[in-house]
Amino acid sequence: MIELQDVYQVYNEGGTHALNGISLKIDDGEFVFVVGPSGSGKSTIIKLLSAELRPTQGRVHVNGFEIENIPHKDIPYLRRTIGVVYQDFRLIDNKTVYENVAFVMRAVGAPQRIIKKRVPYVLELVGLKNKSRRFPHQLSGGEQQRVAIARALVNNPDVIIADEPTGNLDPARSVELMTLLEKINGLGTTVLVVTHERELVNQLEKRVVAIERGVVISDRTGGYYLDEEK
Amino acid sequence: MKRSSSRPDWGYFIKEGLTGIKMHGLMSFAAVTVIAACLLIIAIFGLVAYNIGVLIDGLASQNEIAVFVDENLSREEAQALQQSLESVPNVESVTFVPKEEAFDIYLEMLGEDAYIMEDLREDNPLRDEYRIVMKDVALHDETVEALKEVVGIAAANSEKEISDKLMQMQRIVNAVSYTLVALLGAVSIFIISNTVRLAMFARREEISIMKMVGATDGFIRIPFIVEGMTLGLMAGLVAFFAQWGVYDYITEKLVESSGIFSTVAFSEIWSMLLPIMLASGIVIGILGSVLTIRKFLRV
Ligand SMILES: Nc1ncnc2c1ncn2[C@@H]1O[C@H](COP(=O)(O)OP(=O)(O)OP(=O)(O)O)[C@@H](O)[C@H]1O
Ligand SMILES: [Mg+2]
Repeated sequence: MIELQDVYQVYNEGGTHALNGISLKIDDGEFVFVVGPSGSGKSTIIKLLSAELRPTQGRVHVNGFEIENIPHKDIPYLRRTIGVVYQDFRLIDNKTVYENVAFVMRAVGAPQRIIKKRVPYVLELVGLKNKSRRFPHQLSGGEQQRVAIARALVNNPDVIIADEPTGNLDPARSVELMTLLEKINGLGTTVLVVTHERELVNQLEKRVVAIERGVVISDRTGGYYLDEEK
Repeated sequence: MKRSSSRPDWGYFIKEGLTGIKMHGLMSFAAVTVIAACLLIIAIFGLVAYNIGVLIDGLASQNEIAVFVDENLSREEAQALQQSLESVPNVESVTFVPKEEAFDIYLEMLGEDAYIMEDLREDNPLRDEYRIVMKDVALHDETVEALKEVVGIAAANSEKEISDKLMQMQRIVNAVSYTLVALLGAVSIFIISNTVRLAMFARREEISIMKMVGATDGFIRIPFIVEGMTLGLMAGLVAFFAQWGVYDYITEKLVESSGIFSTVAFSEIWSMLLPIMLASGIVIGILGSVLTIRKFLRV
């Protein structure tokens, strides 16, 4: 479960007030879109959830961890409960698809026996089973992204977070991606998608949290109608 | 909360650590060479100090003093001193060595070169002497003084002076050794830390991903510690073999040129030296990598 309570985030450099008393609660198993204009604080929320940042003020609770006073040594264990898909994928260029995914299992101390079973399963799930020996540069953008999703999934996190996952995908690919994320959500994983692609969001009947200037301005299920309301 | 703490995968850590060394082959080679040179220099001084120590111990355990009889005394008068010498405190035994016998001993010591001195037999420049064995070596100085006080004794001779000189030399060599350990040790640690920093920098992407997916600092650290440790270990090994060559060469030259210096053979010290060299290498490797990693993993 994810819960932000009256959270403020001020960046030291530049003194930007990125979040201004935001409150948000996401239950286990939900599929949530977080939308908002550039600079509204979406990525900042993700950084808080993964303890890359600590809130300047307020409470941030993620899967039983209190980010506002999490000890340094607990951060890895928090991060094992969330899988983040970055906009730029952050794959390792000189590792194969298989290695890119297997490597994060090894990083959390999984035994080889389990890795050998789990990685092919996850690659199958994202439709890349027959490309496991390729290197990232031998894949299309959409395929690279699916590697990133496989990697986020492989340690069986409670939550998957995707930051602008459709950024460089054509509309057809975007729909495919959403179908994949729904499938993952169907397996019981909470899914949080940050985006500003309105068409995509409107196609799906999901909960949509709209953010502007660091506060929630709308939180409703069934699409992103904000502009029409104004 | 998933806190799976499965056993560490050492195969993986070692493989990753060695990958770093291979990836920067030239840098690793340079690091090993320089550190090996540092260890070699330290070890050379260490072994010099060790040899001096062995010499001193050898001398100190000799509890014999030679005292020389005033040459104006007749043979009878000289032999009569036996009792006065025996009554000096701390004296265990007293043996009279007439100058003719002393001359023979001296010639024997010269060996092949003895013929040079043969002509002097008629005009023996030596003096009658007494060989005195002490009860307690610790009272050496007092005993020598007391022996000199005996009327008819012109001089007392012992290895004490050489021993004192050697001790002074040992102090200097020790001081130099400690300075070198500090200085070259710091240089070596710095080199390891730089090499490991390079390795970490090359893999910073991987490290940041590992952190984001929940790898512990310990897990991220280990391959780099393995890398530093391996470099240190290799340097220790190289330094050991280099030391072997250098030591044999130096001792051979020394014995050849002076003949009087006795040195400890390498075969007697290698089993002590090898673990020391390897351990030093490992310690340098660990310290160097840990220093860098601590800086790198903050945040
Ligand atoms: N590391 C940082 N240091 C200082 N200011 C920052 C930092 N990161 C973000 N900001 C500022 O905080 C505000 C919110 O940034 P954030 O990245 O959360 O926006 P966003 O909603 O993700 O935007 P986008 O849709 O463009 O990705 C912006 O004004 C940004 O300039
Ligand atoms: Mg962003």
